[in-house]
Amino acid sequence: MTGAQAARTLRSEWTKIRSVSSTGWTLSVAAVVTIGIGMLISALTRNEYDSMPIQERLALDPTFVSFAGMTLGQLAMIVFGVLVVTSEYSTGMIRVSLAAVPRRGTFLFGKTAVAGALALVVGMVTSFATFFLGQAMLGPYRAGLGDPGVLRAVVGGGLYLTLIAVFSMGVATMLRSPLLSLGILMPFFFLISNILAAVESTTKVARFLPDQAGSRIMQAMPRADDVPYGPWGGLGIMTLWVIAALAGGYALLRHRDAQ
Amino acid sequence: MIELDGLTKRYGEKPAVDGLTCTVRPGIVTGFLGPNGAGKSTTMRMILGLDHPTAGEVRIDGRRYDQLTDPLTYVGALLDAKAMHGGRSAYNHLLCLAQSNGIPRARVGEVLETVGLMAVARQKAKGFSYGMSQRLGIAAALLGDPRILMFDEPVNGLDPEGIHWIRNLMKSLAAQGRTVFVSSHLMSEMAQTADHLVVIGQGRLLADTSMAEFVRRHARSYVRIRSPQRERLLDALHEAGITVTEAADGALEAEGGKAEQVGELAAGHGIVLHELSPRQASLEEAFMRLTAGSVEYHAQSEAAPPDRGSDRRGRTA
Repeated sequence: MTGAQAARTLRSEWTKIRSVSSTGWTLSVAAVVTIGIGMLISALTRNEYDSMPIQERLALDPTFVSFAGMTLGQLAMIVFGVLVVTSEYSTGMIRVSLAAVPRRGTFLFGKTAVAGALALVVGMVTSFATFFLGQAMLGPYRAGLGDPGVLRAVVGGGLYLTLIAVFSMGVATMLRSPLLSLGILMPFFFLISNILAAVESTTKVARFLPDQAGSRIMQAMPRADDVPYGPWGGLGIMTLWVIAALAGGYALLRHRDAQ
Repeated sequence: MIELDGLTKRYGEKPAVDGLTCTVRPGIVTGFLGPNGAGKSTTMRMILGLDHPTAGEVRIDGRRYDQLTDPLTYVGALLDAKAMHGGRSAYNHLLCLAQSNGIPRARVGEVLETVGLMAVARQKAKGFSYGMSQRLGIAAALLGDPRILMFDEPVNGLDPEGIHWIRNLMKSLAAQGRTVFVSSHLMSEMAQTADHLVVIGQGRLLADTSMAEFVRRHARSYVRIRSPQRERLLDALHEAGITVTEAADGALEAEGGKAEQVGELAAGHGIVLHELSPRQASLEEAFMRLTAGSVEYHAQSEAAPPDRGSDRRGRTA
């Protein structure tokens, strides 16, 4: 892969991603849902504060409260990542795309780099907006960006959304079908991962799932529990999942016929 | 120039393309002919590096497709007109392809002009008729001003005006010295456009010959004769050195003879004729004879659903 080829593929993928409407609506739904729910939960927390037990008041992490919308907002990020990849297959465009860029590593790199960069921008804007608007709702109980761990948590929220999108791209590259990809990823991140984390016998394993590990970074005040990694360690575990998904996608893309 | 060398593609046990070796040369239109499911589309996908050959290889001007820098400037192909994102405009579809191969943006407008889609350039491709999609696919093939062009069943689904346009386009591209490789399952279509023929059946090469040679060999002309004085007529024709074969219904077929000659001969011998007609065996018949042994799904048989080796886009003859 030469630099010139990579640059051309990036430019081409940018034209592709900006010229279809699914990019706009998936990313705006991700932002609106994350920010909206974050504000709602923050406002509710402020109202409930006086009736909360003392331990809960002391443990209140205003930053993490404002990120309450991430669980739902990440689903739109998953849809974004899945559609960016699977639309190539469902439309047959993949045969035109790979005839234009026959080196499959270059093709996959270009697509994930462009979509990942876009997800990073939207993820960061969403994370910071969620934080500031959520804190505004929390009123007297709010945290400031300069408080310990807060900036790390807010930047981490943007990274978390980005990694979720890129992970979905890797999985979608392996599966090719939009229905299959969404049918696996959406229930997994919305339900199964949380169930595994809640059930006692699986909770220790569930900690190493991409979303459970990655979301640790969004806690400005790390909880006193026995989780064996810190905020950045958790994000590192999530990054390993992303690398594994992309590597699997690349291995299959490279050896499969283009259809 | 496209060189196929022992090109083979197997799905499981069954070969879709079986040891195909041939060369597609520049400056002429080469027709790639075969019945549905013969392996034409699979071969074309392998030429573009989309499908991996089980054995053998394809070389484009001496190199493998994925070794080409900016491949769209070497090979332009239309495989499937509907293979594009329907939500993207015609202009952006071509722009993303141009950018991936370092082709200047101005070229997008030029090819849209060539195929007559300038007026709908900003419209989404999903609103396009089949003919318009076909034209957009051809615009994409022309984008890199390639020396090699490949079209898979380009006239399928087109109206007569569109068919006429594509035929002329292919001929003019070949006349510019380009390599034009076009597939079809219709001999009549090839007879109109191709200078050279590569015929395959069940993935195997059946003929690799110039169109003129194919016509000379297969399009035999003869005179059909019926007479109540058959034996006398046979003697007279034999004396005149005309080769005669017998048709199934008892009529005689005089090979290569002219109707006038046969008529005068009969009159000279006082032989009564009931029929005297010049005939020409069609190329379609010749093609069907050639591929008869290799047609995968005969109409009368209970056809199994076509598998991955066949044209899967519902094309029918």
